[in-house]
Amino acid sequence: MSSTLAEQFTKGRFTAGPDADGFYGDFGGRFVAETLMPLILELEQAWEWSRTDENFRRELAEYQRDFIGRATPLYYAERLTEAFGGAKIYFKREDLNHTGAHKINNCIGQILLARKMGKKRIIAETGAGMHGVATATVAARFGMDCVIYMGATDIERQQPNVFRMKLLGAEVIPVESGTGTLKDAMNEALRDWVTNVDSTFYLIGTVAGPHPYPALVRDFQSVIGRETRAQMLEREGRLPDTLMACIGGGSNAMGLFHPMLDDESVQMIGVEAAGHGIETGEHAASLNGGQPGVLHGNRTFLLQSDDGQIIDAHSVSAGLDYPGIGPEHAWLHVQKRVNYVAVTDREAIEAFKLCCELEGIIPALESAHSLAHLAKIAGDLPHDHIVVLNMSGRGDKDMASVANWLEEHGDTDKLPDTTVAAAEPGSVDDMQPPHDVAKKTGESE
Amino acid sequence: MATRISRRFEALKEENRAALVTFTIAGDPNYEASLATLRGLPEAGADIIELGMPFTDPMADGPAIQKAGQRALRAGQNQRKTLQMVREFRQHDQDTPIVLMGYYNPIYRYGVEAFLKDASEAGIDGLIVVDLPPEHDRELCSPAMAAGLDFVRLATPTTDERRLPRVLENSSGFIYYVSVAGVTGGRAPTPDEVEHAIGRIREKSRLPVAVGFGIRSADQAAAIGRFADAVVVGSALVDCIDKADSSDAGTRAVHELTRELAGGVRSARG
Ligand SMILES: Cc1ncc(COP(=O)(O)O)c(C=O)c1O
Repeated sequence: MSSTLAEQFTKGRFTAGPDADGFYGDFGGRFVAETLMPLILELEQAWEWSRTDENFRRELAEYQRDFIGRATPLYYAERLTEAFGGAKIYFKREDLNHTGAHKINNCIGQILLARKMGKKRIIAETGAGMHGVATATVAARFGMDCVIYMGATDIERQQPNVFRMKLLGAEVIPVESGTGTLKDAMNEALRDWVTNVDSTFYLIGTVAGPHPYPALVRDFQSVIGRETRAQMLEREGRLPDTLMACIGGGSNAMGLFHPMLDDESVQMIGVEAAGHGIETGEHAASLNGGQPGVLHGNRTFLLQSDDGQIIDAHSVSAGLDYPGIGPEHAWLHVQKRVNYVAVTDREAIEAFKLCCELEGIIPALESAHSLAHLAKIAGDLPHDHIVVLNMSGRGDKDMASVANWLEEHGDTDKLPDTTVAAAEPGSVDDMQPPHDVAKKTGESE
Repeated sequence: MATRISRRFEALKEENRAALVTFTIAGDPNYEASLATLRGLPEAGADIIELGMPFTDPMADGPAIQKAGQRALRAGQNQRKTLQMVREFRQHDQDTPIVLMGYYNPIYRYGVEAFLKDASEAGIDGLIVVDLPPEHDRELCSPAMAAGLDFVRLATPTTDERRLPRVLENSSGFIYYVSVAGVTGGRAPTPDEVEHAIGRIREKSRLPVAVGFGIRSADQAAAIGRFADAVVVGSALVDCIDKADSSDAGTRAVHELTRELAGGVRSARG
């Protein structure tokens, strides 16, 4: 007999995971080479300790306040609310954190663990570069060596962040294998780790990897949801109706969702990147277009062939360009606690522009994905329906990506001239009619 | 129960020498050439054959084996073809043990039960799966042993005293000692350290111990073969295929190096 939905909620079952082996239902685990196992078990102990140790909690809270700048505001997006004409929209402003995204919440927590474990060298993978920047930042602050693995493709499309990491003293190693994106960077980071396991702490940037990473990253990101819950109660006297967040590996989403998973009235929507469209096969929507499998230390939904080979993801947003998703999301998906949807590159770019124009906020392309889905549903929701969208990061890093996309897709008429000129010297004058551009680049849009 | 693997180690004990274990990737650089390479390995001196199942994301492998896997996948290799290759090999060779080595996802996706059935029927003797530590024995190790396949476990320099019994517990066929912390094709192991580590393993297990990672030459094979029960060479063989002008030349070069390495393990305890 299946229990009623109400019963499920009262048991706190959505926040119970992971089990002792690091599983959330069928998902998660620690599928790693033996070389890494002893260290992973050591990390698990450090994490358990950090959850209850009072000094650790106090120090973490201090860095959250004084170094990151928390609490972040809960901002009423009045003009978007008006424009969509339905739900009342709030942004949780993670873009206002130090280094410009939610990533630093996790980095500050993990570097305190690294210090506790006596590690002096930090490695990390990065996609959009936001995690790389946040990692380089905390490594600088704590005086540790820092090596960042970044796909060659991503290095190209996120140049400003590469420069930031170098300024912060990190070594940025380009990864050429695969499509030169986040998955490949993660492979390379794992290879470094297995080679330098004694000296090195691997600071994973999302709720993926082997247990305990998905759980510990979630714990450090949950400050987002805890603040949101308290701020919303103070402001509106009640919980929000819907939470929304974009999904790369799923850390900003998990951070917002987790503290309210047991609140039955709160609906949650995770927004994956549909790239060129799920039907084209060129996307990054692991839940909406993938199958269960094992990669990077855990079982989750993956983009893969019938032969179990991983298929490269595609998204205009480097931070979402990953063929997997954190295992806890995979579980929440099969439990149907969270609804996972997907939006295309084009929809995300349109939402990106709208947010700039109406709210005076340049969102990260990642965050623009959740905004794009909100644009689809907000108008149909009643005025008293409160949505909180996680503005996971700011979009300064994305100027070149957006300019290139608009140029390639013949949308430059909608783009302010100066931005194009700054990002792509000479490209405005050379512009061909949209029709020819499409032919030239072989784009099917 | 005597298996091909246990019989082979028994025979080599009589000869008082270590086994030479070769590693190549199935389908590298293409199916036909890879099969030709495979078929000539026993004659060239391979005592046990490890056959890599190509995977897009080989997290424990260095550049040489990464590239080999990409070559194989580009040439259309997949799990079914790898099993087929072993079937074809077995038409002419009933004695040389074959162990499949790789990552879990292609097996998981194939379906564990179906894979174990097809692998046994194809004449495969054992499995080495890099990303399945003992914590995940229920996934594949236990079903494999129930299906009559050996599950060869990896012990590493980071496997400490406390953990070692757990690693050895459900291993069968032999133990694979990864001689350096790192990826395949990296730095060479220090024979003294390896000998010490093997001593630790032998205190706790009666299984033969193979040593791999970083062994490239006949001299190195001899140095390790002095005390190990088997010496595994992978990246150096795979490099032969990478450097060859044609797939025939690659096959010849693999066999040539195999002969040298076989000379190495034969001279070790001379
Ligand atoms: C601003 C921003 N949002 C979201 C993401 C996606 O990661 P996650 O799903 O772990 O939050 C990234 C990743 O780089 C990011 O930079």
